[in-house]
Amino acid sequence: MSNLLSAFRLATLPAETTSFRAEVKAFLKLNHEPASPDIRARSWMGFDAAFSRKLAARGWVGVTLPARFGGAELDAFSRFVLVEELLAAGAPVSAHWIADRQSGPLINKFGTDAQRQFYLPKICAAEAFFCIGMSEPNAGSDLASVGTRATPCQVDGVSGWRLNGRKVWTTNAQHCHYMIALVRSSGESADRQKGLSQFIVDLSLPGVTVRPIRDLAGDAHFSEVFFDDVLLGDDALIGVEGSGWAQVNAELAFERSGPERIYSSIVLLEHWIACLRTSADATSHLATIGRFATHLATLRNMSIAVTSKLVNGESPVVEAALVKDIGTEFEQSIPAIIEAAIGLNPDAPVDADLYRTLAYVSQIAPTYSLRGGTREILRGMIARGLGLR
Amino acid sequence: MFVEAIDDILKDQCTPAAVRAIQTGGSPAALWDALSSAGFLELLKPETDGGAGLPLAELFPVLCCFGHYTVPVPVAQTIVARTLVSSQLVLPPGMVTLAQTFRREVNGTISCALTPYGMLADYVLARDGDGLLLLSCAAASRAGTGVPNSLTASLTWPDESSAIRVLHGGAMLPAFAAALHAALLSGAMNRVFEMTLQYCNDRVQFGKSLGKFQAVQHQLSVMAEHTAAAAMAAEAAFQGVESFPSLLIAAMAKSRTSEAAVLVAATAHALHGAIGVTEEYDLQLLTRSLHEWRTAHGSEAYWNTVIGQQVLLSDLSLSDFVRSL
Repeated sequence: MSNLLSAFRLATLPAETTSFRAEVKAFLKLNHEPASPDIRARSWMGFDAAFSRKLAARGWVGVTLPARFGGAELDAFSRFVLVEELLAAGAPVSAHWIADRQSGPLINKFGTDAQRQFYLPKICAAEAFFCIGMSEPNAGSDLASVGTRATPCQVDGVSGWRLNGRKVWTTNAQHCHYMIALVRSSGESADRQKGLSQFIVDLSLPGVTVRPIRDLAGDAHFSEVFFDDVLLGDDALIGVEGSGWAQVNAELAFERSGPERIYSSIVLLEHWIACLRTSADATSHLATIGRFATHLATLRNMSIAVTSKLVNGESPVVEAALVKDIGTEFEQSIPAIIEAAIGLNPDAPVDADLYRTLAYVSQIAPTYSLRGGTREILRGMIARGLGLR
Repeated sequence: MFVEAIDDILKDQCTPAAVRAIQTGGSPAALWDALSSAGFLELLKPETDGGAGLPLAELFPVLCCFGHYTVPVPVAQTIVARTLVSSQLVLPPGMVTLAQTFRREVNGTISCALTPYGMLADYVLARDGDGLLLLSCAAASRAGTGVPNSLTASLTWPDESSAIRVLHGGAMLPAFAAALHAALLSGAMNRVFEMTLQYCNDRVQFGKSLGKFQAVQHQLSVMAEHTAAAAMAAEAAFQGVESFPSLLIAAMAKSRTSEAAVLVAATAHALHGAIGVTEEYDLQLLTRSLHEWRTAHGSEAYWNTVIGQQVLLSDLSLSDFVRSL
């Protein structure tokens, strides 16, 4: 059997996550006002700083970070449970999401002590929200061709960096305090992965302009960020100069491996099933519901298998890519199939919330297989994992 | 440890040539004797009843191994049958298969349509309400399906005089049969994937191996995804402390593996080209089985309905329902 396939053996969440799940459910019952499903469907695009602070006050932002920085020091299994419950409830998690999932762990892993002490407590208190600066107008899937440049310079006699360029498709940059940006710090674009570095950019600095981009669903969840002679201190560099590519890939393993890659359409699916429970049409859709349940249960087991590798200290980059690709296929099939289902009988009334939620999820679903790596990129990674490249 | 021993026997006794010979009417005696004399038929039976008392989780790789070799005898079914009747009845030696359906006509005849391995089984174990019926094939008329090289047959008995009734275990048969076929499907799909990956590495066109073409790489990646998903769904049915699979998880296992079988078989054939559909090339042994096992004991269309009903009856959200399994 190929090594990649043999990695997918059943793993189970440890027993102590059961009581943790109950705590999370109890917290949500108390602190998450049940909004209409089309609002809840926005979940990890839904920006609500007040909710993030409540979660932080409970100790659940920066969940995997060390306790000395205010983190909960939970393992990946507990984070899995927390994320699962937040997404199933459709909680607005966007504000702290990126910092909790990847910026915090990245700073903890590659940052200096000073950087850790400065940023991590703020992350854990939900006082510092982060966004990711990877894509550029000419660097989408071809991430190594980023052209934003950090040039060494002197600022008031102290060495620092001058940042020029532009990032795009940055989720919620307009609401965030910091961006971790992948930029070129040496060499030319022909050098590809060499000469790239990651910088923490304070988005309130002079020279930073954020322009939200309106999307087809009427939201402005992503944005364009311009850097015009932005002056950064030496301490803005995170990790090793020139090692940005390796650091980004470690970060993407965190980004791709979580349960968020199977729950993006869950609020829609739950609401459709809730409507069917009181409808006479339910019997026409039993097989569809059963298939969704089967796929969800299976994908969840695959995601737990990947999580168990993270817990064991492995870096399941290819396994995570595999789960993300098949997971987004499932997420995208949900609005497609429910569209067909609500149109099965034009005479039957359609629940107004269902109609709105379905429209939103259908419209935004194409992004599921763009963010965090397109299908083509992920399938290329799987092929490499199979020894084909 | 059992799986290595079984793999050794099958490598030796269940070669593609042996599979072809049995599927075309040759004697299964050598293969069957090798499997039964090694004691593998009693793997699941409790140690108190003289079995090996193997937990379900350890049976799973054994069943996958049977699928991998497309074993042309109902060894998986016999292991399960011996567990289903367990202490209620000492089964006679011989091949026992499981009926996917059982009908009793007004004139007293009984029948089991499209029974896997019905062409060569010595007994059929059928569900009759809460109980089970052990039916001797010697008293039945067997009708093949007309599908070349298929061991599936419909069996009819003029009456129930040869049937041995077992009071309990009927309710467990559909779940166990579904789980068993899910494992066979997963084992076969893993083998199909291996063969296809190897073929794409070996076969050269336009001056390079097929596996170097991006379009081919992406097809193999998707095939790997569905093979992995099917394996996880099948393995999930073989967990827990009970000696039989839970109906809902077995239903999901059979549904997910049956759905994946279509994509895996189709992709394997597409990438192999015409050689894949020839009699002489071994891929056909596997892909014919994939399609046969997909429909046996309920396809995904059947099981999804069963699962959907349970979801609607429950008052849990779908996410909580899935987690409660």
